[in-house]
Amino acid sequence: MKKIINDPKRVVDESVAGFGLAHADIVRVEVDPIHVVRADAPVSGKVGIVSGGGSGHEPLHAGYVGFGMLDAAVPGAVFTSPTPDPILAATKAVDGGAGVLHIVKNYTGDVLNFETAADLAAADGITVRAVVTDDDVAVKDSLYTAGRRGVGGTVLVEKIAGAAAQRGDSLDQVAEIAERVNANVRSMGLALTPCIVPHAGEPSFTLAEDEIEIGIGIHGEPGRDRVELEPADRLVDRLIEPVLEDLPFADGDRVLLFVNGMGGTPLIELYLAYRRAAEVLQQRDITISRSLVGNYITSLEMQGMSITVLRLDDEMIELWDAPVQTAALRWGR
Amino acid sequence: MGLDITWAVDWVRRSADVIAEHRLELIKLDREIGDGDHGENMDRGFQAVLPKLDDLPAGSTPGDVLKLVATTLISTVGGAAGPLYGTAYLKGAGVAGSATSLDGRAIAAVLTAARDGIVLRGKAESGDKTMVDAWTPAVEAAEAAASNGSDVASVLDAAADAAAAGSDATIPLVARKGRASYLGERSAGHRDPGAQSSALLLRAAADAASAAAGA
Repeated sequence: MKKIINDPKRVVDESVAGFGLAHADIVRVEVDPIHVVRADAPVSGKVGIVSGGGSGHEPLHAGYVGFGMLDAAVPGAVFTSPTPDPILAATKAVDGGAGVLHIVKNYTGDVLNFETAADLAAADGITVRAVVTDDDVAVKDSLYTAGRRGVGGTVLVEKIAGAAAQRGDSLDQVAEIAERVNANVRSMGLALTPCIVPHAGEPSFTLAEDEIEIGIGIHGEPGRDRVELEPADRLVDRLIEPVLEDLPFADGDRVLLFVNGMGGTPLIELYLAYRRAAEVLQQRDITISRSLVGNYITSLEMQGMSITVLRLDDEMIELWDAPVQTAALRWGR
Repeated sequence: MGLDITWAVDWVRRSADVIAEHRLELIKLDREIGDGDHGENMDRGFQAVLPKLDDLPAGSTPGDVLKLVATTLISTVGGAAGPLYGTAYLKGAGVAGSATSLDGRAIAAVLTAARDGIVLRGKAESGDKTMVDAWTPAVEAAEAAASNGSDVASVLDAAADAAAAGSDATIPLVARKGRASYLGERSAGHRDPGAQSSALLLRAAADAASAAAGA
């Protein structure tokens, strides 16, 4: 294992400290318990938005803290949900009197810890609502699984809900639009290589030189199928077809197409993949109204990508275009 | 003879030891069908409990120790294991109450409450390839032994053996809850890490009871 780290147990603390120093104009880092809040938090009268989860997905979530997006992010240990204490501290820190929305990716640990923190916040008189993202079509949503995972769609939920809160929407309105985005977004990912959790020191799974995993999540967990490496266009088809068929997306839809890198795949390959994804959408008469390409929700140094498609309406487009000033997304301001 | 505060503290120390000793094994099991953090998280949690044992006020009961473990695990472990084990110890503490000594029936009731807490929080059933598959056989064995009038060390011994067998029995199962469920059929052939850590903790409880009985 070769990594730019000191003590594996201090990776998250030291990285978050650096993040705070680098972006002191946007965020404030609180330690013990660790959480990252907007520099001007709490914003009086505005709905606060808190997200969080295991670390290793950077820039998710701290990279999205700032004007027009999240008010706080709670980083857990690598690939491990944070505990209720820092989630509660972050919730209190961003409560501007209009209530707080928790955006939670659907993993058993994240849901349980955020639920506990929400109960504790309610006991302190803070109104909390939670929206659980579950956009990964690779997982069967049935009684026989923990339900679909929250993956790429989470970034889009955070941007759009963040803009709604920034323009002054009520907690119920912000939760409603977050639910609406989640209901209209679907994703699927693949990995060319596994990743190595620093304290584990070994890859989370092994792949032969010519093998890839289809349907991976973002925690280094293996996917559902292992197949031979194929040309990019075929790989894109393997992801986008289940995504489009699931909602289903129909001709005439306007969408946001999001091609995301898993951390170890260069932009040259992501844009190459975007080219094919755009082609497929065009063939189906689906209009790409907005796009996002880059490493926005990652799995450490994993090579791979995910494709996310969101069916847009006018309000979502307006909120997507609204100004945002965070470490990882910044426009219009 | 019942189990008192000395046993409870010894159980926690033995738990911390056994989790530290099996940290890499739990990480490896979790890497196969989960995300590889279980051993690390459990080790962090139990290591955090140890220094707090020294601060327990005089007159503390086994229930107080269980409550201390619960609150510490909830605030340090994270993942699903933190809330699940935290709830288990908290529910167990509730049943232990302020008793200074726990006999076989009382211990069986503590284990039952702990298992019920895990089921309530995690919504898993037997056969879902989770911690519940170690806990439910353990509870059944403990209740059977207690109603036969076995001494408390034998009750915990029966529970620990059943939990170990329950952990073994998770190997062929297809996971239906937790992160391993994402793998579908591919989760078969691997031991559930939560069932294994549960078996280790219950074995530590039984060993502490045997040591107390021999003392």
